[in-house]
Amino acid sequence: MALPLVYNLESVRARWPSTIVAVLGIAGSVGVFVAMLALARGFQAALVSAGSEENAMMRRAGATSEMDSAITIEQLDIIEEAGEVQRSANGAMVSPEVVVVAALPLKKSGTDANVQLRGVTLRALEVHDKVRVVEGRFFTPGLPELVVGKNAKDAYAGVAVGDKVRMGGTTWTVVGSFDAGGSAFDSEIWCDANLLNSTYQRPAGIHQSVTARLSSRGALEGLQRRFENDPRMRVRVERETEYYMKASQMMTTFIRVLGSLVALVMALGAVFAALNTMYSAVAERSREIATIRALGFGAGAVIVSFVIEALLVAGVGGIVGCLAALPLNGLVTQTMNFQTFSHLSFAFRVTPEVMAAGLGFGLLMGLVGGLPPAVRAARLPIAEALRDL
Amino acid sequence: MRFLPLLFANLLRRKVRTILTVGSFAVALFLFCLLVTIRAAFTSGVEVAGADRMLVINKVSLIQPLPIAYKERIQRAAGVKELSYANWFGGVYQDEKNFFAQFAIDHETWASMYPEFIVPPEQWQAFLADKQGAVIGKATADRYGFKVGDRVPLKGAIFPGDWEFNVRGIYTGKRPNDDLTQFWFRWDYLKEKAPSWAQNVVGWYIVRIAPGADAVQVGRAIDEGFANSAWETRTQSEAAFMASFVEQMGNIGFLMAAIGTVVFFTLLLVTGNTMAISVRERTGELAVLKTVGFSDLAVLGLVMGESLLLAVLGGTLGIGLAKAFTLAGDPTNGMLVSFYLPPRGIAAGATLALAVGLLAGVLPAVAAMRLQVVDALRRL
Repeated sequence: MALPLVYNLESVRARWPSTIVAVLGIAGSVGVFVAMLALARGFQAALVSAGSEENAMMRRAGATSEMDSAITIEQLDIIEEAGEVQRSANGAMVSPEVVVVAALPLKKSGTDANVQLRGVTLRALEVHDKVRVVEGRFFTPGLPELVVGKNAKDAYAGVAVGDKVRMGGTTWTVVGSFDAGGSAFDSEIWCDANLLNSTYQRPAGIHQSVTARLSSRGALEGLQRRFENDPRMRVRVERETEYYMKASQMMTTFIRVLGSLVALVMALGAVFAALNTMYSAVAERSREIATIRALGFGAGAVIVSFVIEALLVAGVGGIVGCLAALPLNGLVTQTMNFQTFSHLSFAFRVTPEVMAAGLGFGLLMGLVGGLPPAVRAARLPIAEALRDL
Repeated sequence: MRFLPLLFANLLRRKVRTILTVGSFAVALFLFCLLVTIRAAFTSGVEVAGADRMLVINKVSLIQPLPIAYKERIQRAAGVKELSYANWFGGVYQDEKNFFAQFAIDHETWASMYPEFIVPPEQWQAFLADKQGAVIGKATADRYGFKVGDRVPLKGAIFPGDWEFNVRGIYTGKRPNDDLTQFWFRWDYLKEKAPSWAQNVVGWYIVRIAPGADAVQVGRAIDEGFANSAWETRTQSEAAFMASFVEQMGNIGFLMAAIGTVVFFTLLLVTGNTMAISVRERTGELAVLKTVGFSDLAVLGLVMGESLLLAVLGGTLGIGLAKAFTLAGDPTNGMLVSFYLPPRGIAAGATLALAVGLLAGVLPAVAAMRLQVVDALRRL
């Protein structure tokens, strides 16, 4: 089928003001769409990357998050002896942890925000192997010392290495900071678990969660079965990645729902703009279209060619929108994680998939906005349109 | 007004285009109102905060409790007129996705501390008479179909176990943006059933300061009373407490403004373009109008009028739809405490629509005004 493509491409160029309007309309919607997806993706990535496929996370059955869980010292012993747990030179690779929240002032506004405080042992670094101390040193067990995640260090005032922090009647010294690869741990402050328990007047020996390195990826089921049949272990065993996936669900859904709603409404507006531009284009060009038809191009050829014109405009709009949203990539922002009541830093992630989704969204708008005018163009009665000359 | 039929006739000539332009306006205004509503939902906690109420929380953090024994001592602090207290329960109704805030409240003092919440008197009496009673906000009651007399099971998370409550009342708010998502039950019931560590603590105290008392001084007096104790306190006004929550939610305001601006300019371009096309198409007619005696200003007015008429039609439609949408309820499954389009949002939207209508009409209208009759007619 011969297409009057050259004609359509030329007219896109000849009618550049209208083309620009349509391109910008679509670019705006695509930009917002991509930004929202990148935000949701970034939030999820920050939480999920905190977990490892090779770790199992244990908390009390029925607890909704680490915050309201409890693991007794007897249960901890049983976990340490389980055959599915990996062992290193220092013994079982098991990290019992205490998680609380402390109020510290934000650098940005001076108002207090909730920072997650994680009490750990030295074994935590073996189990969470993505966490590396990048400045100063790790805390000394038994001393009131803090190591600060890199995002927490940037977000809160008075937690630089060497600073003193007063918390729960004890003065703590910041002795180092760590990098956890952009994960949720980067928004946390770590210290000695036993000391944290006594500072927060929690019962000694009770931890909130236990993370253990599995001897192999497949060992999780074995661990789950072992504890299921043990009446002393009212604990829930999950892969660490799964726990964090669930922990991010509420906020990601929230961003997705609101973001999609906004992007959808914008898309509707952009489709209106595209329809308007294309209809006007067809109306203004009725004589030219009739001429093309008179030259022998069929109705189908005209439809295809006009749809291609619309898709071209939409494609350019989609690319512009994606490019406009690209600088957001890596931008660190903060929000509240409802599931832990604490403040979490994360980066926008404009991934190739997100951009592809944005481009697809733009092309869809072009198709919806271009098809009806194309059909109208093809249906123009040739003789009448030519008589207008 | 004499020319209104002419304006309408012009709009009706290209029905599809008119519908699309009005539609773009409506969509943009709908979006604007949606953004205003979301923003208002985030900040509504600050706006509805009682001016004379203060919250006393554990200085270490919100999640740390305070001893119930503090009750008498806080009450005696200078400038404290009334006192109430509550606990965060954090239970799960059927599935973790079904989120709503549950508070164990002091049933004797709660109602006078929060007069903005309205419970029918007989329902409140029934709540006072039933230790397992609960009073639920209308938004949450509607979402899950809770009715007075129902039994609601919650799975305890912080306070383990299976808990059951009898719905004794449904509360509503005096203002449209009051938080109607809370679930209240009696603190004495929590004390009875909770593990021993939780029996003598509360989550936070709420105090009402006496008229004329200085909030800062009252707060300091309370906090100094517990300084260097095992449970130090932090007392702040309800508004300041809510504001710190909003702050932690992140830069919502900036995001909203950014999206709003993108939408505004897109809309301006679309409408301006449509008006320009429609003026270009009618060059001949406008010339004829001038020939038969319409002044330059009258032609200017006609084109501007058409643009404004589009703005008014589209704006009304968009704002109307947005209002209807917000009345249908929160789309995020209960995560926003209120979903209400404030009147000043409507006013801002209407102003915005008119501004776009004016701006979009100006260029084509001036072009039409400057039209030279001879040139234009020659083009026919």
